[in-house]
Amino acid sequence: MAAVTLGNIVKRFGSFTAVQKMSLDIPEGSFCTLLGPSGCGKTTTLRMVAGLLDPTEGDITINGRRVNDIPIHQRNLGIVFQNYALFPHRTVAQNVGFGLKYRPIDKAEAQRRVMQALELVQLPHLADRYPSALSGGQQQRIALARAVVVEPDVLLLDEPLSALDANLREDMRVELKNIQKRLGVTSIFVTHDQSEALAMSDQIIVMSEGRVEQVGPPEEVYNTPASEFVARFLGAANILEARVTDRQGDALALDVPGFARVVIPRSRAPKLGDASAAKLVIRAEKLKLMPADSTDDAAIMIQATVEGVDYQGQAARYFLRVNDHALQAINMIDIAPFAPGDSVMLRLLPRDCAALPAS
Amino acid sequence: MSIERREARQPWILLSPALGAVGLLLIVPLLFIVVYSFWLRSATGGDTAGFHLDNWIKALTDPFYRYILLNTLKIAAITTVLCALLGYPAAYFIARSKGNKMILLLLMMLPFWISYIIRTMSWINILGASGALNSGLMALGVINEPLQMLYNEAAVILGLVHFLLPFMVLNVYVSLEGIDTNLEDAATSLGATRWQSFLQVTLPLSLPGLAAGGLLCFVLGAGTYITPLVLGGPRDAMFANLVFEAIITQLNWPLGSALSLLLLMVLGVLVAIYNRYLGMAQLAKGLG
Repeated sequence: MAAVTLGNIVKRFGSFTAVQKMSLDIPEGSFCTLLGPSGCGKTTTLRMVAGLLDPTEGDITINGRRVNDIPIHQRNLGIVFQNYALFPHRTVAQNVGFGLKYRPIDKAEAQRRVMQALELVQLPHLADRYPSALSGGQQQRIALARAVVVEPDVLLLDEPLSALDANLREDMRVELKNIQKRLGVTSIFVTHDQSEALAMSDQIIVMSEGRVEQVGPPEEVYNTPASEFVARFLGAANILEARVTDRQGDALALDVPGFARVVIPRSRAPKLGDASAAKLVIRAEKLKLMPADSTDDAAIMIQATVEGVDYQGQAARYFLRVNDHALQAINMIDIAPFAPGDSVMLRLLPRDCAALPAS
Repeated sequence: MSIERREARQPWILLSPALGAVGLLLIVPLLFIVVYSFWLRSATGGDTAGFHLDNWIKALTDPFYRYILLNTLKIAAITTVLCALLGYPAAYFIARSKGNKMILLLLMMLPFWISYIIRTMSWINILGASGALNSGLMALGVINEPLQMLYNEAAVILGLVHFLLPFMVLNVYVSLEGIDTNLEDAATSLGATRWQSFLQVTLPLSLPGLAAGGLLCFVLGAGTYITPLVLGGPRDAMFANLVFEAIITQLNWPLGSALSLLLLMVLGVLVAIYNRYLGMAQLAKGLG
């Protein structure tokens, strides 16, 4: 049973269409991420599920019940906002207990559940403080506690981590995911940060310009992008014009003039069909730089020149040239990084490549 | 001169024109009035310098003055409450409107471009015996003779509300603008209706603006003398009219000085009470 479904949702603001014919099934208990650049319609979609915006067309159902005409306060949701949106004139305990006032729960039980929620986010000692006395990370946890204490059918998270600084963000990411798993609450998470999406999601919905580009588990979206947009948005990818030269059983031979001939499994090109013009997608970290005299019969070896190095500490990003192709590679640094001007060998495994239709 | 000393001096140099203006135009005249209030008006027409408490005793004990003072505070209070009731929804509408807020605010400020006296007098053309309202009603046959709508307390309050409403709207608007709209969304998502979330979240958070607007309306309302002069009857005099009467009509500067200082002190006490209350509210907001 799907906890949340969107059926042909359209949202227009005047003449601008923010979301176009979007359909989606979000399974019960799953953690789904709407991922995309700003303006792609992900927050608009979330706000429609929340009831803060009305869809222009289409149906939204939660647990099989159509909720289009159900006002937000009757939808039984938990929302965590990007800026936390804690009530500044209420204590932490009053903030967390806010939603319980509107449910048939007696005072003692409400108090018990507030403390339980505060323990869940490991901040029971802050119950009597006011939000202004808390750090950003603490405010974020209180906002989460306030959203889950009402035992919502769906938890909606609108870029909840983007206001935190980098280290705290990664900690909160793990914690948020753990709490979600423990409660088993269906969650819809909105972010523009691909690493957050990859780390936390059961299912990623990549959006662009109001459309769904791809839906799938993180590895699938990452390894087998369904479009050039997805390939480019999730990490650095090299995308090369290729021609299909041969199809035999499960194998697909692609020729990239001036680069290499690659034989990949059909499963890595699900969208290609019978087209002969294709695009070869190679993730930057799948191109391994090796000394110029290396050999490896199990892999494709390509001669390249290092044109630039972006040193990142444990890894380096290389800007490479193979004939007239400019490529990027991200490699862990072994001892010392390669230097600009070096001649190197690129090692590439065909199973790490994917193919897309050309257009 | 050391840099620190120069830096310590800088604010005072920058403040000096303002301080000079305030001192010369406000503090010094006020001191004159304080001194004047202890003088005596003699029967010959001149004033006798000295330290006499007669004016103060008259101002504090005369039941007529006390009646007018209480009436003034009552009118100011009614006006303030009406401004709050009328102004809050207007401010809320402007703050939450998706259109051009600047134009709405400008429209509200528009009356300020016309003299206060003209604006007050305009009510005569609306409420007067041959004003718009009476002639309209008579033409429609609803009434046979003009209704007496001018020169009573209601007309004074109406004029004051007209004058003071923008002050209330602006103050409430500013405080509403400062409230994150996500707070109301958060409240409704947790199960509160729109109205409950307004009562629980928006209203308490906008109280400082409401209080500031209320104080402004009250003080300006209690200190007015044009509105009761133009729109009020003989029994609707407010305290500032007594001061006007004493100084301009009776040429009794010492008594007028004492009366004006009395009004100043009463309003000063109210401002102090407000300050203390708001100070505590701010403290509560900051610390919990």
